[in-house]
Amino acid sequence: MNTKVKLAGLTLKNPVMTASGTFGSGAEFCEFVDLNKLGAVVTKGVSNVPWEGNPTPRIAETYGGMLNAVGLQNPGIDVFVERDIPFLTKYDTRIIVNVCGRTAEDYCEVVRRLASQPVDMLEINISCPNVEQGGIAFGQNPKSVEDITREVKRHAKQPIIMKLSPNVTDIAEMAKAAEAGGADALSLINTITGMKIDIHRRTFALANKTGGLSGPAIHPVAVRMVYQAAQAVKIPIIGMGGIMTAEDAVEMMLAGATAISIGTANFRNLAVTAEIVDGIREYMEQYGVKDVNELIGAVK
Amino acid sequence: MAEKFKEQAVIIRQEEISYGIYSMWMRTDRITALAKPGQFVSVYCQEGSRLLPRPISICEIDREDCSVRIVYRVVGKGTEELSQMRTGRSLDIVGPLGNGFPLKEKKAFLIGGGIGIPPMLELAKELNCEKQLILGYRDSLFLQEEFKKLGKLYVATEDGSYGTEGNVLDVIRENGLEAEIIYACGPMPMLCAVKAFARERQIECWVSLEERMACGIGACLGCVCNSKERDSHTNVNNKRICKEGPVFRAEEVEF
Repeated sequence: MNTKVKLAGLTLKNPVMTASGTFGSGAEFCEFVDLNKLGAVVTKGVSNVPWEGNPTPRIAETYGGMLNAVGLQNPGIDVFVERDIPFLTKYDTRIIVNVCGRTAEDYCEVVRRLASQPVDMLEINISCPNVEQGGIAFGQNPKSVEDITREVKRHAKQPIIMKLSPNVTDIAEMAKAAEAGGADALSLINTITGMKIDIHRRTFALANKTGGLSGPAIHPVAVRMVYQAAQAVKIPIIGMGGIMTAEDAVEMMLAGATAISIGTANFRNLAVTAEIVDGIREYMEQYGVKDVNELIGAVK
Repeated sequence: MAEKFKEQAVIIRQEEISYGIYSMWMRTDRITALAKPGQFVSVYCQEGSRLLPRPISICEIDREDCSVRIVYRVVGKGTEELSQMRTGRSLDIVGPLGNGFPLKEKKAFLIGGGIGIPPMLELAKELNCEKQLILGYRDSLFLQEEFKKLGKLYVATEDGSYGTEGNVLDVIRENGLEAEIIYACGPMPMLCAVKAFARERQIECWVSLEERMACGIGACLGCVCNSKERDSHTNVNNKRICKEGPVFRAEEVEF
């Protein structure tokens, strides 16, 4: 049975990755999950300087989902390079670094710092709904998606994955814009902007008022968008959005994803990523699938 | 790294000990063996629409019986689900989480307010010093009989139905109490007042904070609090309540 997939010239031992922001840099999760089992670890977004993030509360649970407005708190590229990359290189898994910034130059600065580092790919976050500058501001207009992709690509030594926002009218258009800008792969979807109001206190549940909705509540939206993007572009797609089980992961692959990322499910079950790796194998056995690549985009 | 475990705990018994306040003993081998006062466990709901674990402080640890006790208030659907679980049912928990209280041999105030009272019970059991237990309730009392055996107990109720009418600091002032160290857990206004009181009297003060969490293990950065100094892990003036906390030196954090 083959579970290996190819992503922008790199081979992953299986299609299961972690979704940025839900897994730190893996250190907190390694007590619960053997990181060697994963296709890749995608790290929490890192910027050129440390970011404090948003005020609390940053988290609110919703029916079948959760809202977050962490605001990309991160220690900055210096600490990340000194501490997190050496930690991850001890494991036999691919390292994908999520990059965030407020300006195009911020992104490029981080990308240049990573050029000499032992990381396999870069995921460029142009879709965070919780920061005032940067983030989603780059991801909601096809022209700016193409421009930022081209600019980052010019500085990158590793393949780049553009992480797209679902908060757009036409996801296919954004996917094509990233492809035209030179993206090696796409990640989708990031969270959907939402809001929760506490009716007892008559306040917003999040200090930021709005947050990004994730979890099983958004899974059908993610499947639809991955399908539409896969129809529109030739570059590989990493599908994510509410994947809780191996069945959800298989569904995402059938819609057109080459690999899948597990996000919010990590909070419900700290060991879920490894369980999904096993679950995909079980599905393949059950249906006599010899090569996991047979699943990719198999439903047209 | 402090060890923590994902375990299936079995409910030994559960009862409502005051209106909307439940006490649950559960058997967990590995978590019990390592748990310390002031730490917490993540309790996962069975209902699939509720994704996030409920962080609940450890109220008591029975190492001989391999069990821990949580005392919690029903505040939403998750805790309501938990309150309806019967003896013999199992539930997924992760722990022990967080740092816990430092155990110092100094004349102490243990101050608990509302649902911040439970973690003070195991602390009172494990502290080897002169203990003044100061508990603040809105109205109906819980756990006070158990605290009574562990030190000198003082109670305040907001409505004056029991003990001093007012708050925990009213109790301290009314009785002219003194201490060299304060351990406190309770609602934010109480912790702010206790922090100011400790600063004024120059007493060492430790507070246990809470915040909405997603992972409970330090990865998601949901539950941070502002810190006076730059934190060595986050590299900003933020500390993770689930990891560096929930117990902090009062002057180390801004609240």
